[in-house]
Amino acid sequence: MLTRRTLLATTAAIAAAPVNAGFAATPKDVVVMAKQIDDIISLDPQESFEFSGNEIGGNVYQRLVRPEVANPDKLAGDLAQKWDISPDGLTFTFTLKTGPKFASGAPVTADDVVFSLQRAVILNKTPGFIITQFGYTKDNVEKLIRNEGGKVVMTLPESQAPSFVLYCLSANIGGVVEKKLAMANAKDGDMGNGWLKTNSAGSGPFQVKSWKASEAVSLEANPNSTVKPHAKRLIIRHIPDPSAQLLSLEKGDIDIARNLETEQLKSIAGKKEFTPVASAKASSMYLAMNQTHPALAKPEVRQAIKYAIDYAAIQKNIVPNTWLVSQAFLPKGLPAALTDQPFEKTIGKAKTLLLQAGLPNGFEVTLDYISTAPYADIAQAVQANLAAIGIKATLLAGEQKQVITKTRGRQHQLALLVWGSDYFDPNSNAQAFCYNPDNGDSPKLKTLAWRSSWQDAELTKMVAANVKELDTKKRIAVYEKMQQLHQDRSPFAFILQQQEVATMGKGVSGFKVGPMSDLTDYAPILKT
Amino acid sequence: MVSGITRDWLLSDSPASRSQAAWGRRYRLWLQFRRHGLAMAGLCVIVFVVVVSALAPVLATQNPGAQDLAARLAPPSAAHWLGTDELGRDLFSRLVYGGRITLGMVLAVVVLVAPFGLAVGCVAGYAGGIADKVLMRVTDIFLAFPRLVLALAFVAAMKPGVESAVFAIALTAWPPYARLARAETLTFRNTDFVAAVRLTGASASRIVLRHIAPLCLSSLIVRVTLDMSSIVLTAAGLGFLGMGAQPPSPEWGAMIASARRFLLDEWWVPTIPGLAIFVVSLAFNLLGDGLRDVLDPKQS
Amino acid sequence: MRASVRALAGAVVTVPITLLGLALVTFLIGRVMPIDPVLAILGDRAPEEVIARTRIEMGLDRPLPIQFFRYITQLMHGDLGNSVMTSHPVTEDIAHFFPATIELATTAMLIAMLIGIPLGVFAAVRQGSRLDNVVRVFCLTGQSVPVFVLAMLSLLVFYARLGWAPGTGRADVVFQDMVPENTGLLTVDSMIAGDWDSFRDALAHLAQPAGVLAWFSIAYIARMTRAFMLDALSGEYIITARAKGLSAARIIWRHAFGNIAVRLVTVLALTYAGLLEGAVITETVFSWPGLGQYLTVSLLNADMNAVLGATLVVGLVYVVLNLLADMIYRMLDPRVR
Repeated sequence: MLTRRTLLATTAAIAAAPVNAGFAATPKDVVVMAKQIDDIISLDPQESFEFSGNEIGGNVYQRLVRPEVANPDKLAGDLAQKWDISPDGLTFTFTLKTGPKFASGAPVTADDVVFSLQRAVILNKTPGFIITQFGYTKDNVEKLIRNEGGKVVMTLPESQAPSFVLYCLSANIGGVVEKKLAMANAKDGDMGNGWLKTNSAGSGPFQVKSWKASEAVSLEANPNSTVKPHAKRLIIRHIPDPSAQLLSLEKGDIDIARNLETEQLKSIAGKKEFTPVASAKASSMYLAMNQTHPALAKPEVRQAIKYAIDYAAIQKNIVPNTWLVSQAFLPKGLPAALTDQPFEKTIGKAKTLLLQAGLPNGFEVTLDYISTAPYADIAQAVQANLAAIGIKATLLAGEQKQVITKTRGRQHQLALLVWGSDYFDPNSNAQAFCYNPDNGDSPKLKTLAWRSSWQDAELTKMVAANVKELDTKKRIAVYEKMQQLHQDRSPFAFILQQQEVATMGKGVSGFKVGPMSDLTDYAPILKT
Repeated sequence: MVSGITRDWLLSDSPASRSQAAWGRRYRLWLQFRRHGLAMAGLCVIVFVVVVSALAPVLATQNPGAQDLAARLAPPSAAHWLGTDELGRDLFSRLVYGGRITLGMVLAVVVLVAPFGLAVGCVAGYAGGIADKVLMRVTDIFLAFPRLVLALAFVAAMKPGVESAVFAIALTAWPPYARLARAETLTFRNTDFVAAVRLTGASASRIVLRHIAPLCLSSLIVRVTLDMSSIVLTAAGLGFLGMGAQPPSPEWGAMIASARRFLLDEWWVPTIPGLAIFVVSLAFNLLGDGLRDVLDPKQS
Repeated sequence: MRASVRALAGAVVTVPITLLGLALVTFLIGRVMPIDPVLAILGDRAPEEVIARTRIEMGLDRPLPIQFFRYITQLMHGDLGNSVMTSHPVTEDIAHFFPATIELATTAMLIAMLIGIPLGVFAAVRQGSRLDNVVRVFCLTGQSVPVFVLAMLSLLVFYARLGWAPGTGRADVVFQDMVPENTGLLTVDSMIAGDWDSFRDALAHLAQPAGVLAWFSIAYIARMTRAFMLDALSGEYIITARAKGLSAARIIWRHAFGNIAVRLVTVLALTYAGLLEGAVITETVFSWPGLGQYLTVSLLNADMNAVLGATLVVGLVYVVLNLLADMIYRMLDPRVR
């Protein structure tokens, strides 16, 4: 076991002086990262669905396939050596690599993979739909996903676009857990869920040592992993306040700060000892307009609002480093993303549109937003933008969960929200923002389109058809067309896309932020 | 000299009427209070804040809501006396308007709490028996609640905003008033003069309302003034935790909360509203302290 | 003595009633919160069937009175339910977070006593002097500073600018989880383990938040001490003692102070209860992993089991301290006996 004595010994050997207790710099083989991690609900890969939990999952568990970090449009094998798809698109056969081993030392077998995928369907926790949307149920999954002579064979109940299936399998829910260890800790038929919430049984470069909610997650290197991380131990400390993160980074109390905002980044710009790394994330900030509000239901009003927002000024002045302007439902980085920006603040045009809608004097409306930075600042800026064309928006702040509860109940009028893609395939966002076959009170799927009471028959049909399109090129073209239609019609004004910036302190290198949380790798982090 | 006559009239040893006697008593208290330097300082600050808040539209150099995104977090200058905030709004103007919200909240809480606490306490104290037991048990339950936690929970359950914050603070602030009023009532209940009033056939409600409640007033006023400072602090605390006044309202606590992230570099942005809260709260404390010396000598 | 027995008997009846009322109020607030408790467990993306299933598992489909009755029944068995946020039983969480708050509040209390009581005594002895006025203004300033402003400025000055104090949290990363947990009080545990580096680190982290938290109480304690002392110093026995030619120090500390000690104890008990509560904001600013932070975070996440549990614990401590103060007063003060 690693003790503080050995940790201190390492530092002391190098510093050749006793460590000053209160202000010790962190030892070489221990990486300390500051991050807001109070979103974690569970570390079980078949249950976790929050940003921080998924990120840790991506470093603790391996999946069959993974998007390549350099070129996320392409898939690479993670546990899978290769895969074959039958011509009808119904059967996937995965041949596994021989090297990967769990932290316990046991090799990763087809049995473990089959168990994990079945587990996702049988437990059917929050992210379960990513696998069950292929048509799997508790009753058919044991027959349809199986081990055939050391190969993993997946038979789909109905045909799907192959890229869609593979991208879904690359999500955190596809993380492979060690069957033997999970079942040894199973309780009341939970397949080890209770235990895996706070422990791990994976083959990734790290293993979970402890998780204390809203305090810290402590990871240790997996000695049997094929990828050897530089750090022996990685501690993620929950420091919610960005300025406190910067302060700790400057003092050398932490090695990497994950949530620095505009102000902090501005103050370290040009300082050599800090290295910021950025990556566009598949998270969009958008303004939702509920169609139950009579004014917002008019197509001209929706377009007027899109022309009233001062995208450039908001981005440049409030969030110059951490968000980018993005106006389509697929953010940059996702396959098929549309990057042109048709909207800019044009007060004349917006006013004309309001006039055409029969509302030359504007109207009153409420705007819900999440009370933390930067949403609070941006909501106030949008409020001022809307006021310029005569729309009087009253701001209503709420905790994130409160705002979500409200929009799920379709009780908002305007709402400034953020949405992160569930998995690395365009269907995730296309379905969320376009698909709404049943606009009644209790449909099977409460998509974002449903939450804003918006129904577009053409787009709904396109979503359903395109997810089954076997021709990948054609599929991409249709998604591009859909984004244009969406910009012309939808009650969603896309404003920004997140750009996650991580800042490495003195002597730290190698960290890269992935376009999705579960694609952020800790293993290459190097401290000298 | 007019004032001379007035002064003699007020300080007359043999007042000609009841009202002259009453005014004379008040004037003597005022004279006593005026000698209290610190308390006078507190009073002056409060009067100053009230005047500034009332004249906010005249005094403010800019619209407190007007944004100028290009001029975010500007340091103090001729154009912006105290600099600008995270959306380029003028801090001085926001500070001036913010006084209105703070004073308004304090006033609203006091108007809600004092009569309610007084009523509960007087009724419990005068009625005694079961009514007393039940009322005091409820009071104890609310007293046992951690104040800020109850306020937080209450606001979270309603929706964050000035109104909810006022109700939440009122909800947690009334029990001490009820206890105070009850204790005072108990000391008066069995006095001769109350017995005398009772003999004249006055109803219980009349006795409580006309004879007992007014006697509780002076200690209540002291308590209210001292409490105002803690109301200011609680309101700001709620604002700081995001549960009080909401943006774009220039409430001081909320201003600190949204500017907290600039503490390291643009330290004046969160510090200035912090100072404003401190000054107002201190003024109420000084005033209350002086009032206690004058009105309620046995407590000091 | 009889009075205190009667008080104790009364407490046996009133404390549970008060706590039941506390639980009811918290429970009701929790149920009308505009946050769906299921959302706290499942997050935003869960399919409808999963949400419906969980709602039934949590018993949220039952009528409110039944839900409350079930909660109270569990409570009787010492079960506070599981926290959604930490996925541990709430009792375990409280055992983990409460010691941190106790450590903070107790240290603050010690600081407040060591400074507040002498200040109060000296102010009373020199009533009306310049010292008295200085103490008075100091007391009033202490009661007028918003804790969060003080905490922020203290961090800015002592941590960021001067570098005298360590940052937020309870211990440096290097020292985290390195001392076996016996009491949960990091300073005590590290002393037991004989790990003096850990001890120094824990103490350094403790000093700043405790100092900030103590500020308000110094003022209150000094003020009450002054009032009590003034009262005592005007007593006849003091005049007698003076006449006997006893030294001033002996008169002040042995006679006058000895006489007010009882009343002071009750004030201290109440102050301590107030400190436990005041820790909420201090813990937020200093990222101190105590019960106050636990409570705020769970409140904002609609983690109702955690909120109820933590509120009950804080309420219980509050009620018991109040009761204790009352009983000490009755037992030791001859006038009440």
